[in-house]
Amino acid sequence: MTSAAPEAKAQPAAQLELEDGADHSRVVRLSGRLDAYSIAGVWREARAALAAAPNRPIAIDASAVDYCDGGGVAMLVDLLRQPRAAGAAVTIRGLKREFQTLLDQFDPHAFEVPPEPPPPQTNTVEEIGRATAQVLRDIRTQVAFIGETSGALWYAVTHPRRVRWKDVWYECEQVGANALPIVTLISFLLGVILAFQAAVPMRQFGAEIFVADLVGLAIIRELGGLMTAILLAGRSGAAFAAEIGTMKVNEELNALTTMGLDPVRFLVVTRVIAAILMVPLLSLYANLVGVLAGGLTMLSFNIPLVTYLKEVDSIVDLKDLLAGMVKTPVFAVLIAGIGCLRGLQTQTGASGVGISATRAVVSGIVLLVAVDGIFAVIYYILDI
Amino acid sequence: MTPGAASEPIVRVEGLVAGYEGNALLENVNFSVARGEVFVILGGSGCGKSTLLKHMIGLYEPMAGHVFIDGDDIVSAEGDARRAILTRIGVMYQSGALFGSMTLLENVRLPLEEYTSLDPDAMNLLARTKLKLVGLDQFCGHMPSELSGGMQKRAAIARAMALDPHILFLDEPSAGLDPITSAELDALILRLARNLHITFVIVTHELQSIYAISDRVIMLDKLSRGIIAEGDPKVLRDTSDNPRVRQFFRREAELEPA
Repeated sequence: MTSAAPEAKAQPAAQLELEDGADHSRVVRLSGRLDAYSIAGVWREARAALAAAPNRPIAIDASAVDYCDGGGVAMLVDLLRQPRAAGAAVTIRGLKREFQTLLDQFDPHAFEVPPEPPPPQTNTVEEIGRATAQVLRDIRTQVAFIGETSGALWYAVTHPRRVRWKDVWYECEQVGANALPIVTLISFLLGVILAFQAAVPMRQFGAEIFVADLVGLAIIRELGGLMTAILLAGRSGAAFAAEIGTMKVNEELNALTTMGLDPVRFLVVTRVIAAILMVPLLSLYANLVGVLAGGLTMLSFNIPLVTYLKEVDSIVDLKDLLAGMVKTPVFAVLIAGIGCLRGLQTQTGASGVGISATRAVVSGIVLLVAVDGIFAVIYYILDI
Repeated sequence: MTPGAASEPIVRVEGLVAGYEGNALLENVNFSVARGEVFVILGGSGCGKSTLLKHMIGLYEPMAGHVFIDGDDIVSAEGDARRAILTRIGVMYQSGALFGSMTLLENVRLPLEEYTSLDPDAMNLLARTKLKLVGLDQFCGHMPSELSGGMQKRAAIARAMALDPHILFLDEPSAGLDPITSAELDALILRLARNLHITFVIVTHELQSIYAISDRVIMLDKLSRGIIAEGDPKVLRDTSDNPRVRQFFRREAELEPA
């Protein structure tokens, strides 16, 4: 809580004095300016004075109050609403007519503090049940969404002229071209770090040349595609969720629906197609940058670039490249699909969009890693 | 920095060139608003009403000119001086702009938390009195999304009044409301103006509201890029020589300029 004096006031600040009245009453004398900025101390003192004299009538003398706005009125209402013993009522006297008019707008007893509701009983079993039901509902929604998107994609394949290609190219630029700098940077650093971390221990055995095998296989089979996908989940997945979420909050999705346009076909299909086109290309590019970065690092270990590349060529074959690349369209569907789904699930309010973007990134990355694991198992079984 | 004398205008706009991104929508705008007045800025769509309002409340920086609130220039004020001016004004935006993640009570409490050192229960009571003034006391714990458009606007007025400002700026208060709700909002504005002596500066093009609540109006025009009429709306309707003013008040379709 911060306090700021907004302006210099002509009237003196609020003050309170206590004295005993003639008829056993307690007089609370208020003076000065009663507004929200100056009454905090006076309000506490006045309440304390009332509490200290529970069985005595209280007369609030407001004849010396120069100014009283909504804040001052709220304080007077508060003092009038305090529960009192019989014969110990709180009365106000001397309040100027214009301030009394303000006060008369409120019935103090309408503001009596309601009793605190009992704290809700939390039943652990019920909580677990609710959470499980929520997870199941979420899975059901995702399955339904996958079905709906698959149907819309099939429709796009069979009716390519109905696809909004202008939107697809725009999304390609957003997802692909605009992501090049970050993909370049991360892939380059990944190649450098991998090569450097591997080269230092391998040098002890004179086996620096095998760093090329490690970097080549790791990046081309696994890391190039996966790192690109994780980057895009954070970049494009969140952007899809935020864009579609904002459209939902602004009722643009309702407008699409009432125009007879399917939001999935209109918004999701274009983004999924763009991702399917761009993620493999970016992954291929990331492979190239990562492998070259490893080669440049190995120059500092006296391994010429040509030697490094020949070693990579000898160990990495087409099967490895395909093993890495086959996953990338699946990653693309996951990134775009989850981003769009979270956008479509956005709740109302500004926080809804933020929550959707966060959920898109988190669930996107979790699913990417899980699917990559499934691919690893399949490759192992198939001995690829 | 002291508030101006009672006889001085509470808002004074001098030589204002209003616009954004280098495009002037309004040029050399001069007018003033008297203390306690319900002052309406009207005009057709796109004439710069809301832009002018945003310059008056310091959201946009004018290309030239000054806006004096209670004698202090909001255009040149910075830091604490600007905050001090802002505590003297309250603003209700067209959409209400209530914070969706907070209850009505929390929305109204927010300025009190930031500017006063009141106890939490004192702030709650003060916020409830504001909601009571707009007839929403029983909806304290509701989220904005649970309320109708009219109720959201009333709650936004309550929030704008949290610090008992001298001036309330309302941007299109009747927009999107049915005639009955709109009339109720007009009655609320009048009640607050008369009982609490708040000065209202209202942007609207709803003729019913203009006739019902305004003491004085200025009319902006897109082609003239400025004020083309000023005064009592009924007098302007009946006596103005300006064809665009007559056209507006008679609700005629806008003619293409020759």
